[in-house]
Amino acid sequence: MGARLALVAAIVLSVGAGFLYVAGWLSPQRLTPARLIDTFERINGPHPGFRRNHAKGVSISGYFEANGAGVRLSKASVFRAGRVPVVGRFALAGGMPYAADSAATVRSMALRFSLPNGEEWRTGMNNIPVFVVRTPEAFNEQLKAMAPDPASKKPNPESVKAFLATHPETARAIGLIKAQAASSGFEDSTFNSLNAFLLSDAAGRVTPVRWSMVPEQRPVPVALPVAGSGPAPVANFLFDALIARLERGPLRWQLVLVLGQPGDPTSDATLPWPENRERVEVGTLTIDHIEGEATGAARTINFDPLVLPNGIAGSDDPLLSARSAAYSQSFTRRSSEPVARSAVTTHAGEKVSEP
Amino acid sequence: MNGGSQFAWSSRVLHWLMAVALLSMLLIGMGMVTSLGQYQLLVAIHRPLGMLILVLAVIRLVNRQLKRPPPFLATMSARERVLATASERLMYALMLLLPLVGWAMLSAARLPVRLGPLVLPPIAPHSQALYTVLRRSHTVLAYLLFFTFMAHLSAVLFHSLVLRDGLLRRMLPWTARARGLSGKEPDASDRAP
Repeated sequence: MGARLALVAAIVLSVGAGFLYVAGWLSPQRLTPARLIDTFERINGPHPGFRRNHAKGVSISGYFEANGAGVRLSKASVFRAGRVPVVGRFALAGGMPYAADSAATVRSMALRFSLPNGEEWRTGMNNIPVFVVRTPEAFNEQLKAMAPDPASKKPNPESVKAFLATHPETARAIGLIKAQAASSGFEDSTFNSLNAFLLSDAAGRVTPVRWSMVPEQRPVPVALPVAGSGPAPVANFLFDALIARLERGPLRWQLVLVLGQPGDPTSDATLPWPENRERVEVGTLTIDHIEGEATGAARTINFDPLVLPNGIAGSDDPLLSARSAAYSQSFTRRSSEPVARSAVTTHAGEKVSEP
Repeated sequence: MNGGSQFAWSSRVLHWLMAVALLSMLLIGMGMVTSLGQYQLLVAIHRPLGMLILVLAVIRLVNRQLKRPPPFLATMSARERVLATASERLMYALMLLLPLVGWAMLSAARLPVRLGPLVLPPIAPHSQALYTVLRRSHTVLAYLLFFTFMAHLSAVLFHSLVLRDGLLRRMLPWTARARGLSGKEPDASDRAP
């Protein structure tokens, strides 16, 4: 009786332990979505109500007009000739919602295409040619290594050096980012998907793809304000310029699909694809409205890069899965917090009270 | 006679299908929220599997009304019978509620639930406050299901291995003849509710 009772206890305890192991209770060192977002909160301080990364931003809207050229590559309805509404967000990388604009900060464009039959395509793109790390673990390490020292307000050169020494792919990626042509603001920036995705056509043929939003606005290679030289720039100079530009008329980008070939890396966002890859222009994005986050539709959207229509799928890039998981964590946390006033406001956004 | 008669064939098949689905789901759900690398894969299984569980739960509920379970074993005390009935009702409620709360939670966040080319319609208004409540409820209900399952497992193992009353035999997916060991006669007069 006692032995059999012990057997029952042993079975129940091992089943329970198996569940706890899967739930991460037995491995406090494992990097989880919660711990990754904790790193952001530790480095940037608490900013309730805001996204934990790309915290400073503005809501935009407009439409995407497909020319039909993408249909041969993907059955996704977004590529069929015609117009679909788009809501999106321009933002600056980093978890500080009130940080002053800086030319050196990565700019992002996030979009949600509303497609027929309830389908959606959400994508978050950056104005850099490659991403700086290959895995979420490296991203977490990089955040910690490059966090500003509380005293000097600058990253500790020793920890930066140590990180780059163990992550040569990051050093290479930073070189590529610094080598790209400068742009003056959001309106003349090219925004890249960075991660690879898989297109599938009606016959089931799969094509690896990365995409870019290429501005119709000509790049203006102006000398941007640099910290420490001349008068201090206005805190929101990048957003102010964007708002002023949109008051004069809509802005347009061409959506370009860059087609991968066998052997092109899909699981490493730090590696560029060869320059000569086929590029297919599949349509035009028109942004004709900008609004502060208090009233803009983008604030309540999680731009999860894995919200995809039938015909586009995620690749084996580990960052895609990690982005989806971390964005969900960030969304869940900020959803439970009071909404604070965003740094960037527009005329429309200031007139209407917050919900 | 040991263990008495078995559950109806349809009840046994549904029980084990649901057992596999729910246990997978608990493992997937717990792994999903704590994983960066496997999140993409696990979410892709979690959502369709949740809808399958919802469908199975409705079928099981209908089957439960049509097929009466065999009587309780005489080895179960009056208090244990009350507990068994309550935990059965709780598990039926949870297998219906968990997928519905999950679906409603994604609806409140306006995250589309796609099953192949089909997108499920939202069943809750767009609201971050509602999302917060439903997201927390989903976790609390999932842990409640986990602990109810652990209690269920403990009770069945205790009966089958310690009391050796053939309780598990009644739910085996194949037709298993009762083997007389030391079990007591089922109390045929006391039927399950």
